[in-house]
Amino acid sequence: MHSLAFDVSHTLAGGLVLISFMMLYQDRLYSLLNVFAFHAVVLALSVAWQAFVQQAPHLYITAAIALVFKAIVIPVALHRIVKQLGIHRDIESAVGIGPTMLAGMALVALSMVLMLRVTAEADPLAREDLAFALSVVLLGLLVMVTRRNAVSQVVGFMSLENGLVLAATGAKGMPLVVEISVAFSILIAFIVIGIFLFRIRERFDSVDVSALDDYRGEHR
Amino acid sequence: MVVISDIIVQGVQMLLVLLLAPLLTGFVRKIKARLVRRQGASMFQPYRDLLRLLRKEVVLADNASWLFRVTPYVTFAAIWVAAALVPTFATGLPFNWTADLIAIVALLGSARFFLALAGMDVGTSFGGIGSSREVMIAALAEPAMLLIVFCMALVAGSTQLSTVANFLASSYVGLRVSLGMALIALIMVALAENARIPVDNPATHLELTMVHEAMVLEYSGRHLAMIEFGAFLKLLLYISLIACVFLPWKIALFGTGPLAYAIGAGAYIVKLAVAGFLLALFETATAKMRVFRIPQFLGAALMLGLLGTLLLFVSRSF
Repeated sequence: MHSLAFDVSHTLAGGLVLISFMMLYQDRLYSLLNVFAFHAVVLALSVAWQAFVQQAPHLYITAAIALVFKAIVIPVALHRIVKQLGIHRDIESAVGIGPTMLAGMALVALSMVLMLRVTAEADPLAREDLAFALSVVLLGLLVMVTRRNAVSQVVGFMSLENGLVLAATGAKGMPLVVEISVAFSILIAFIVIGIFLFRIRERFDSVDVSALDDYRGEHR
Repeated sequence: MVVISDIIVQGVQMLLVLLLAPLLTGFVRKIKARLVRRQGASMFQPYRDLLRLLRKEVVLADNASWLFRVTPYVTFAAIWVAAALVPTFATGLPFNWTADLIAIVALLGSARFFLALAGMDVGTSFGGIGSSREVMIAALAEPAMLLIVFCMALVAGSTQLSTVANFLASSYVGLRVSLGMALIALIMVALAENARIPVDNPATHLELTMVHEAMVLEYSGRHLAMIEFGAFLKLLLYISLIACVFLPWKIALFGTGPLAYAIGAGAYIVKLAVAGFLLALFETATAKMRVFRIPQFLGAALMLGLLGTLLLFVSRSF
C-alpha cells in the first residue's frame, strides 16, 4: 500500500519533526523565530493535505488559521517584541546542543515505540500521524525545558501546540468548533505570555528566567 | 562473449572515473571563479597540473620512512577501487558483487588512515595538526555515513549498491521522508569528507584553518600528483554515490544493450555537471565555519541519519 496520499502526509509530518529538531539546533533568537514560522507553514500544508485526503472542508479553515496566526501574526509580533525589549539575541541554553539533540532523538524513539504499540489496529494514516504528533509535542517540551530565555520558551510552547493540531487533524471527526476554540485559546495564551514578558523584563531587566530563581531565593 | 563484454564495460567504467575526475574539479573551480566575476583557469587546468607534477622531481625529507613514500599510491589505489565500484552509468557490472556500501566506506577509511599516518611521519608540526584534525572530522563523519548506509539498506533490503540503485530506480518506492533525510545527511558528510568549504578550504594556506592541506604539505612531485588525483576521484565518487542512489534515472540496468549504456553515460555526465554547478553555488554562498563548529555540523548529519532510520519504522509499519 504505497499510495500517494500516505506518502505525502508522511513526508509533511516527518518534515514537521525535522523542523522541530532545527528549532533545537538554533542558537540565535531571530533564526529561531524564522524556523518557527516555517514550522507553522509546514503544519498548514499538512493540515490542508489532510483536508484534501479526508474530504473534510472544515480542515481548510484550520489550515488557514494556522497559516495566518502562527506563520505570520505571532512570529511578526515576537520579532517586534524582541526588537522593542532589546533582548540579547544569543539564546542561552541550559544544556548544550549535542546532548539536547540526543535527548530529542530518544524522545522521538520513545514516541514511535509507544504509538506503534498502542495503536496497533488503527488506520495507518492516523497511526503515523499520531506518532509524529507525539514527537513534535515532546520536542516542543524539550525546547521549553532546555532554554532559559523566555521568548524561546514561548516558541517551544507554540510548537508544542502545533503538534496537538497535527494529532487532531490526523484523527478523524474533530469538530470545527473545538479547533477554533483551541486556536483562539492559544492566541489568548500568547497575549498573556506577552504581557508576562514585559513584566519580567520590567522587574529584572532581562528575560532570562533563571533570574526568577534568584528572586525566589533558590540558588544553584 | 558475455564475459568479455562485461569486462570491457567494467574497464570503461574504471577509465571513465579516472578521466572525468580532474575535469569535474576543474569545472567546479571554473564555475566558482565565474560566480565571483573572475575569469578563472581553464576547465582542463587540473590535467595540466597533474602532468606538471608528474614531471617534477620528488623532494623527500631526510627522516621520511617507507610509509611516506608508499602512502600516495596506497591512497590513490584504494580510492580508485572504491570509485570503480560505485555504479556510474550502469548497474550489474561484473565487480558489483563486491560493491558493498560498507566496503566502500572501509576503502575510503583505510585511504584516510594511511594519509593521516603519513602526515605524522615526517614529524613536522603542520603534518601532525592536519592529521589530528582530519581524524577528528573522520571520527564524526564515519558514524554518520554508516547510519546513512543503514537507512538506505533498510529501504532497499541490501547494502549492495547495484541492488539499491535498481530498487530505487523502480517505481516501487514512493516518496520517503527517510530518504530525503539520508540525502541531506549524505551531502553534509560528502562536504566534510572532500574538504569542501563549510568544513575545510584546501585553497588557503592559513595555519588556523588548514586540515587536509596541512596533512599533505610535505608532499611534492609525483607523490603530490597521486594525492591530488585521489582527492579529485573522491569528489567524483561521492557525487556518483549520491547520483546513483538518489537520482538513478536513465542508469543502464543489467543486461541491456550498448544504446542503454550510451544513454546512461550521457545522463551520468549531465548529473555530474548539475551536481558540480550546485556545489560551486553552495560554496560561493557560504563561509567556512570555525573548526570547533564542525562537530555540531557533523552531529546534525548523524542526527539526520538516525532520524531517517527511526522514521523508517513508522513508514513501513503496516
